[in-house]
Amino acid sequence: MIGDTTIGAIGRGTLFAWRELGGITILTGKVLRALIPPRLDGPELLRNMYRMGNRSLPIIALTAFFVGGIMVIQAGVLVKQLNAAGLVGWGAGYAIFREVGPMLIALMFSGRVGSNNTAELATMTVTEQLDGLRALAIDPIPYLVVPRVIAMTVCLLCLVILGNLIALYGGAFFAMLLLDLEFSTLYYSLVDNISWLDFVHGAVKAAAFGAAIAMTSCYFGVSVRGGAVGVGKAVNAAVVAAAISIVTLDFLLTAVLP
Amino acid sequence: MSLASRIEGLGAAVLRSGRSGIRLALIGAASLRGVAERDYPKGEVARQMYIVGNKSVLFIAITMGFLGMVMVIQSGHQLNRVTGDLTQLGPQFLKLFIQEFAPTITALMLATRVGAGIAAEVGSMKVTEQIDALRLSGITPTSYLIAPRLVACLVMGIILTIIAIVVAFTAGGISAWSVFGLNPTAFFDSSMVRAYDVVIGFTKAFSYSLAIPIISGFCGLEARGGSEGVGTATTSAVIGSSFAVLLLDFIISGIGLTVFGGGV
Repeated sequence: MIGDTTIGAIGRGTLFAWRELGGITILTGKVLRALIPPRLDGPELLRNMYRMGNRSLPIIALTAFFVGGIMVIQAGVLVKQLNAAGLVGWGAGYAIFREVGPMLIALMFSGRVGSNNTAELATMTVTEQLDGLRALAIDPIPYLVVPRVIAMTVCLLCLVILGNLIALYGGAFFAMLLLDLEFSTLYYSLVDNISWLDFVHGAVKAAAFGAAIAMTSCYFGVSVRGGAVGVGKAVNAAVVAAAISIVTLDFLLTAVLP
Repeated sequence: MSLASRIEGLGAAVLRSGRSGIRLALIGAASLRGVAERDYPKGEVARQMYIVGNKSVLFIAITMGFLGMVMVIQSGHQLNRVTGDLTQLGPQFLKLFIQEFAPTITALMLATRVGAGIAAEVGSMKVTEQIDALRLSGITPTSYLIAPRLVACLVMGIILTIIAIVVAFTAGGISAWSVFGLNPTAFFDSSMVRAYDVVIGFTKAFSYSLAIPIISGFCGLEARGGSEGVGTATTSAVIGSSFAVLLLDFIISGIGLTVFGGGV
């Protein structure tokens, strides 16, 4: 049945994608307007930061440790081929700071925090708690959405900076174990070749990924409809949208940033 | 909190994770047996393949296309700085993509999309007592629910990995040509790819596709306590299978390097 149904499906898919993109843009605009002058719930912000940041630290640390190991193993093949032990620290560090660290940690963060956040907001929406807030003259955007957006942006930035450090130590540990390299070789290979720009590049990406995860997960949470089944669908749509926005932002920021 | 209660808490956590590990292994073994016995309804595998494969292919193509472009631009800038010779960019990129990035990133994307779907579906069946109803009618939930998803993930995981390699390599070649003016014939060169890279890449894709449905199905079967329980099961499925992917990546790459010397 190539023809009508295929073209119809493409059209429906395109319309769906643009509608969601428009919804996310409008919600982003509302969040930005709530920030000038800052109107948000302080205790809610701290509670969210603890829940999203501190509670995610173990899994992020474990992930980062093994990511460091994976990068060193990939660099290790080059060492054996080209006999270039002096490049391992630089190669692994450069990849971790700029690409792999922010991206993999953001994907884990999206899976843990983003999906949880969508499920929570979506449950509140389908049980009409958001309408309840509006009836009490409380605007749900500054009360519920803004603290989450700020918390996720700040937490992911901090987690990526910490995760980069743990990934470097993990890399050094496995390089000593598997490749018989000295710690000082790795250290000087890293600090001689890496500039502060590489660190900033990754940090800016981390903050952008955090904001993107927050906006997609909050949008699919507040725009859900259709009961418990709708909540499940919203969570799935939110993680997919977050992953797509992470890679597209990664591409755009790589092109724009030094 | 006193010291004794802290130690108690630690011990309880160790016991809990030990028990979960055993249950996970049992569910994995039961699902594999279900695959061998093929004790699931006709057409279920095809339906799952459609859900896992066709519905994910656009998602995988978008993410891998962008990833291919980013990696080519990043490594091209570095090569320009160090040697100024970009002729090795394409072949090395293809090699690294086949044995590392294509299987791993595809699996991470499948863990979020498919893993969450499996956990949500099985989890909501569990909390609405449909799993108990299955058991009551003499049907084993692992072979009825998880085995067809396992087969579908195995087939589609490998096909999606191949699609990911093709998309990322093409996108990378186009961006190398438009950003660095690199001749496409120099980029699209598969002479550096050895059998070792292909074997490692497919071993990874195979083990990830085995781990994702088993872990997600396990999380779904462990769900309890209404729609909130389903949400928790979904989150732990995504985290569990993503972490399993990274751990398997590390183990397989490590074995490749230490036992086979990186194929050199």
